[in-house]
Amino acid sequence: MYNYIEYGSSEISNDNIDDQEKYEQFMARIEVGEKIEPDDWMPEDYRQGLIKLISMHGISEIMGALPEKEWTPKAPTMKRKLGIMAKVQDEMGHGQLLLRVAEDLMQPYGKDRGDIMEDLLSGDLKFHNVFHMPTKTWADAGMVGWLVDGAAIISQTNMLDASYGPYQRALQRICQEEVFHAQHGEAIIMALAEGTDYQREILQESLNRWWPSLLMFFGPASADTTGSSKQNIMIKYKIRKSSNEELRQAFLDKYLPRVFSLGLTVPDETVHYDEAQEQWIYQQPDWNEFKQIIKNKGPRSKERLRLREIAYENNRWVRQALAKDQVMT
Amino acid sequence: MTVNSAEEANQDVAYSKALKELIYQLADDDFLISFRGSEWLGLAPHIEEDVAFSSITQNTMGHAFMFYQLLEDLGEGEIDLLAHERHPDVRRNGIYLEKRNGEGNYLEEPYYDWALTVVRHFLYETFKKVKLEAITKSSYKPLANIAGKVLMEQPYHLAHWRIWMNQLLNSTEEARDRIEARLNEAWEEFGDVLEFGFQATEMEHFDLIIGEEELKERWMDEVAKTIPNLPSEPLGKKFGSGREGQHTEDLDQALATLSEVYLSDKEAIW
Ligand SMILES: [Fe+2]
Ligand SMILES: [Fe+2]
Repeated sequence: MYNYIEYGSSEISNDNIDDQEKYEQFMARIEVGEKIEPDDWMPEDYRQGLIKLISMHGISEIMGALPEKEWTPKAPTMKRKLGIMAKVQDEMGHGQLLLRVAEDLMQPYGKDRGDIMEDLLSGDLKFHNVFHMPTKTWADAGMVGWLVDGAAIISQTNMLDASYGPYQRALQRICQEEVFHAQHGEAIIMALAEGTDYQREILQESLNRWWPSLLMFFGPASADTTGSSKQNIMIKYKIRKSSNEELRQAFLDKYLPRVFSLGLTVPDETVHYDEAQEQWIYQQPDWNEFKQIIKNKGPRSKERLRLREIAYENNRWVRQALAKDQVMT
Repeated sequence: MTVNSAEEANQDVAYSKALKELIYQLADDDFLISFRGSEWLGLAPHIEEDVAFSSITQNTMGHAFMFYQLLEDLGEGEIDLLAHERHPDVRRNGIYLEKRNGEGNYLEEPYYDWALTVVRHFLYETFKKVKLEAITKSSYKPLANIAGKVLMEQPYHLAHWRIWMNQLLNSTEEARDRIEARLNEAWEEFGDVLEFGFQATEMEHFDLIIGEEELKERWMDEVAKTIPNLPSEPLGKKFGSGREGQHTEDLDQALATLSEVYLSDKEAIW
C-alpha cells in the first residue's frame, strides 16, 4: 500500500553456484504462483526489498493515524466520533500486523521493531508523503478516508497476490478493512457535499489542498524523474504487478468522475481524458517537492515525528518496567 | 417496582428526575474518560497497547452513546445536543475523569503520564463494573438492559488495566513509585466519582441503584484485591463534586475540543 517503486536499489549478484541453483528454484516457484514463507531460502535483494517495503508500509499505517487523530475527538456527531475511532484503531492494527511481518524478515540481521522505530526517528525509514501534510478542517478527515484510503486500496489490490506469503495474507485482511474506511470517508464527504455553504466550502478547499499529494501518492512515473535507473525488483519478484503510473491512472479513472459528479473541481485546468491515448492527462505535481517531503522536510514531518519521539522518551520507564517483568517471569 | 418505558417513567416527575440524574452521570463519565483516551492515540508505550487502548476507548464512547440515547428517549433532547451543547454547570461526570493526561496538548508536545492513565482507568473501570452490576437490578428496565449489555465487554477493559497495575507495581522501583504517587493523588480527588449527587436519596428510594455507601464499600473491596496497600487517608474530593456540576478548566478544554466542529455550523447536518 504505502510504497513507491524505488529506482535506486542495487542488484545483488548471485555468483555462488549453490545459490544460483537455489535462486533458479526460487524463481520457478514464484513463477507458478507459489508463496514464499519466512523460513524458505530467498535471495538477499528479495529479503531486503521486502523489509524496506513492509516496514515503510507498517510505519505509514502508524504515522497515518496521526493526521486523523487530530480530528478524532472533534468529530461533529457521536456517530462520526465512533466511526473515526474505529478507523484509527484499524490503522494502528494494520501497523502492528505489518511490523510483525517485517520483524520476521529482519531476524537474520538480529534486528527488530526497536530498530524500525529508530530508523523512523533518524530519517532512514521513510513514511508515506500524504502523512506529512497538515490537516485544517473536518473535511480533511473525510478526504483522508475517501481519497487517501481510496488510493491505498488501489495500490494494495496491486499486491494482493504478492509472492511473499505473510505479506500477502496480511494484505487480504487489511484490504477488507480499507473498504470500510473508504466508505466511512465517502459518507463524510457526501454529507459535506449536500450540506451548507460552509460545508461545501471547506470540502472544496480541502480537495484543492490534497490534490498534489494525491497525485504524488503513487510515486513518480519513471526513473527519469528521480534520476536513477536501476531495474524494478518489486515487479520482477512478483510482489507487485503494475507500475506507478498505471496505478495513478486507475485512481483517476475511479475518482475523477465521482469528484465531478459531486460538483467539485480539482485545481488543474488541463485535466482531461484523452481518448486516443486512453489515459488521463494531468499537470504533474512538483516532484522536487515530493523528494523533500519524503526526506521529512514536508509541512508537518517534524511535528508528527516529534510526537513519536516524545512518546518514545516519555514511556522509557514503562519499557524498562516491562523488560524487568519479562526477566522475572 | 418496575418501570418498562420512558413514557411510564415520565409519568412520575420525582422518579424521572432521579433517573435522569443517574443516567447523566453514567453518560458524562464515559464521554469524558473516552475523550482522554482518544488523546492518547499513537502515544501509548507500544503499538499493541495503542491497538488495545483505542479499542477500549472506542467501546467506551459507544457506551456513552447508549446512555445519551436513553436520555433522548426520556425527552432530554437529541444525543448530539446532549453530548456537545450542554454547559459545564450541568455536566455530571466525576472531576477526576476530566483531568488532563499530563502536560502539553494532544496535538503538540504531549508529555502524557502513563502512570496517571493506568491508575485512573483501573479505578474507574472497577467503579464502573460495580455500579453497572448494581444497575442491572434497577427498577428502570431500559437502563438495566443497557447495563447488562455494557457488562458483556466492560470486564475485559477492567482486566486490561488490572494487568497493567500488577505489572507496574511489581517491576522497577521507579514504576512502583510513579504508580503510588498517582494513587495518592487519586485518593485526594476520586471522592465525587463515588457519589450520586443531589438525587442520591431518591435514587435509592426508587430502586434505581443501591445506596451510595454500599457502592463505595463494594468498590473499595474490589480495588483492594489488586492493590493491597491502599492509601490510609479517607477519600477526598479536592476540586469539589462533578456530580453537583462543579468542574475545572480541564473540562472546558475537553468540551472545546469535543464540540469544536459541531459548534462551527449548528445548522449543518454532518
Ligand atoms: Fe490501513
Ligand atoms: Fe485505512
